[in-house]
Amino acid sequence: MFDEQFEKRADEILARYPRRESAVMPLLHLVQEREGYVSLAAERWVAEKTGVSPAHVHGVVTFYTMFRTERHGKYVLHFCTTVSCMLRGVDHLLAHAKEKLGIEVGETTPDGLFTILTVECLGSCGTAPVVQVNDDYYEDMDIERLDALLDALAAGKEPPFPPGPGPRRVLVEGD
Amino acid sequence: MEKVLTRNVGIEGSRTIEVYRKRGGYETLAKALKMDPDAIIEEVKASGLRGRGGAGFPAGVKWSFMPKEPTPERPNYLVCNADESEPGTFKDRVIIENDPHLLLEGCLCSAFAMRASRVFIYIRGEYTLGAKVLERAIGEAREAGFVGEDILGSGWSCDIVVHRGGGAYICGEETALMTSIEGKRGNPRLKPPFPAQFGVYGYPTTINNVETLSCVPFIIERGASWFASIGTDERNTGPKLYGVSGHVKNPGVFELPMGTELMEIIEEHAGGMLREGKALKAVIPGGSSTPVLRADECRGLRMDFDSVAKAGSMLGSAAIIVMDETTDMVAVMERIAHFYAHESCGQCTPCREGTGWIEKILRRIRRGEGTPEDLDVLDQVAANMQGITVCPLADAAAMPCRSFLEKFRDEFEHYVRHGRSPVAAG
Repeated sequence: MFDEQFEKRADEILARYPRRESAVMPLLHLVQEREGYVSLAAERWVAEKTGVSPAHVHGVVTFYTMFRTERHGKYVLHFCTTVSCMLRGVDHLLAHAKEKLGIEVGETTPDGLFTILTVECLGSCGTAPVVQVNDDYYEDMDIERLDALLDALAAGKEPPFPPGPGPRRVLVEGD
Repeated sequence: MEKVLTRNVGIEGSRTIEVYRKRGGYETLAKALKMDPDAIIEEVKASGLRGRGGAGFPAGVKWSFMPKEPTPERPNYLVCNADESEPGTFKDRVIIENDPHLLLEGCLCSAFAMRASRVFIYIRGEYTLGAKVLERAIGEAREAGFVGEDILGSGWSCDIVVHRGGGAYICGEETALMTSIEGKRGNPRLKPPFPAQFGVYGYPTTINNVETLSCVPFIIERGASWFASIGTDERNTGPKLYGVSGHVKNPGVFELPMGTELMEIIEEHAGGMLREGKALKAVIPGGSSTPVLRADECRGLRMDFDSVAKAGSMLGSAAIIVMDETTDMVAVMERIAHFYAHESCGQCTPCREGTGWIEKILRRIRRGEGTPEDLDVLDQVAANMQGITVCPLADAAAMPCRSFLEKFRDEFEHYVRHGRSPVAAG
């Protein structure tokens, strides 16, 4: 179902492992990177490549939260809502994003641009709160930085600042 | 203390093999390859190095369980646990993203000591940057002859594979992690058999944390007695990464001697309390599964395995979460309960049901619909989950719940009586 170059990349991944079945997750990551989600057809392809049953692959896809079975927006905003981010005010940040984009958690904007998700601890507790946009961690986030980021992405521009830690923020009352 | 594990953090080009080697990198590997593997294991034993992932098991002792004469049909494996998912923990990321070659050198020295022919680095799926950094570093190390066939002419061959997780906390548990490497859902399995007898694909396997493995080159280079001279006593040794988050001015990862006092870490290294004039209320000392400490219990507490255990909690991953007096402890506990309910793999009934019920009851209390009986039910549900499941996730959920209830009972009672928190803001 994929082109030759993609199949070659898949074979390179398979060659890293002593047993083919270990490549189930790496191949699912590879597919999702390309397609944005894992379709049933892709599950069958992974099953064939790795020599396990399609049901086995489906079991893996549905166990691990990072694998998605449907298309999301172009930019998936993952808000970490676990303790350290909570203590640094992620709830306000999330509420702001929901209001600004007019969607709830798990929903995608009608233009297909943004999806909001909440996730468990991302390991960015010292630079909390963190918002992971697709793969990238945007850290030390506050409403101002989030607005600037979302506005740029919505306008089809480059993010106004690189991923990673931001300037040290000071909490506002109510955080 | 002289920085060891973080000595290359902040150095320009620290991710590259060129800079790493300029600063003495991979010299220890060359030294190790000339040693008797068992002598390395003895050195690590003598250093007192204990696992930095949370359990604190002596690393050298763990290594000594591995077969001494592996065969091609039944090879030895080393797995580096880089799943780092315990809430509040972000220390391994510092090593992975800033000094990947230190981790690789640690993996290689350790694998050689255990006669392992393959290393899997299991990195949590969300650490995409870390995975890329490691992949690039492995490529550089392979080119330089430190990874692959006949390493530095020693006759010993070893390959390193980075394996990305998929966003499941449970895969930080060693048997679930191995199951995940085998391409399956991350359900933990019963021990025994222990990984050293029956690990990945049933082969002898040892699983060590990123920080643990990163200590190894320094132990080989400088000797066990140097390592053991740092820390509280002979059972609590070496440099330690402490990650501080929450209500402090300067959160971050700090490398300090094992057993540094908690209040020193908070006040001197993490910059003290975030909001002027707001007092410390509570600290979670070792990641969200470890029992919470009241402010009065933090004074004079040394952050090492045995001292924190004596205080009724655990050093865990040394993920210190600081909360000031404005914190709604019931809300924090609800958030922790949600985490464990979300992350339970569902295999064992007490965990699957228990974590769900703890979250449901806490939600009810937070909505102002709790009853006084709820508090006892919460404690009973938590008590009934402990010690009876395949893996410790149920305990990880029960411990904070019971400790929050015990130590902040008045806040829970206030919620039940008045339908809200006694503190103004959360």
